[in-house]
Amino acid sequence: MELFSALFAPGLVCLAAVCALCRRADIYAALTGGAADGLKLMARIFPSLLMMLTAVYMLRASGALDALTAFLAPVLKALGIPPQTVSIMLIRPLSGSGALAAGTELIAAYGPDSLIGRTAAVMLGSTETTFYVLAVYLGAGGAKKVRAAIPAAIAADLAGFTAAALAVRLFWR
Amino acid sequence: MALAVIWTVLILVSVLCGLVNGTISQVAAAMTDGAAAAVQLCLGICGATCLWSGFINLMRAAGFLEKLSRALRPFLHRLFPQSAGDPETMEAVSANFSANLLGLGNAATPAGVLAAGRMERAGHTRDLAALVVLNSASIQLIPTTVAAVRAANGCQTPFDLLPAVWITSLLSCSAGLLTLRLLTVRRR
Repeated sequence: MELFSALFAPGLVCLAAVCALCRRADIYAALTGGAADGLKLMARIFPSLLMMLTAVYMLRASGALDALTAFLAPVLKALGIPPQTVSIMLIRPLSGSGALAAGTELIAAYGPDSLIGRTAAVMLGSTETTFYVLAVYLGAGGAKKVRAAIPAAIAADLAGFTAAALAVRLFWR
Repeated sequence: MALAVIWTVLILVSVLCGLVNGTISQVAAAMTDGAAAAVQLCLGICGATCLWSGFINLMRAAGFLEKLSRALRPFLHRLFPQSAGDPETMEAVSANFSANLLGLGNAATPAGVLAAGRMERAGHTRDLAALVVLNSASIQLIPTTVAAVRAANGCQTPFDLLPAVWITSLLSCSAGLLTLRLLTVRRR
């Protein structure tokens, strides 16, 4: 597990570089072009991340998040989900940067290797901004015929949150 | 527009709770704290995000996207039985799927919308619903942003949760497709 984790990134990059060189691709241009795209992505998400992180910090400071956590704790504990991650679960389907803000706040507060920090990270990594995706695909037309996709997508999210907590406990407990 | 409502609700709840709980001065202070934290977060993850963006572009140059797409073809034929006989739709579907796996959202959406349009015109609604569900459940192999956030918070092994992420994605996608099947079977 430790070896896999350490070898994953450098090994993958070596493999990709060798494969790309064999195809005589200009890999340096691909690398720098991608990095430039990354910078553009950061610039694009920053304004929204700033507003969402401000909102999450205010929500935390007001005591509303703690109250909500306490309120939903019995249900979440029964499912094996750390109640603190409620902020992610509520925002994740609606706003990608909002969920990133909520997750970052938890990872910073509890530590990236804590049970809560890990669950938050797995939740973020294995779910999507469901309603945004639904809007893109169903907005393109023909929405009525595939209405069943909406409850199915929500079921996928709920299963994802529960499975995230389960997987973290399975690997690190 | 939806985000405007969400943001307003968050702020409104914060202020109301602040008044009720007597924490309104902390709420006021949190405004600037949150903004400062956003700058810190972006600076913290900028390096890793750009690096991975470059690496993923490298994987694309190495032909991983096409290889993945070809390797997935038989599997996707099973997931999209109605469209299996339509090579152009299946090509768009596998491009969409493999771009999602590599985390290339910008490449995934046009291919996905193209496939969705073709399915709709052909009347393949079951396939269309499955495509929408799969796109709304994440199937990213390397969650780079999350790894960057972990690394920025002092994590030495930001990628050690990959197996957990993969298992979770698999379960979540299966749950979505299963629900879809149950809903459409019942309707007939």
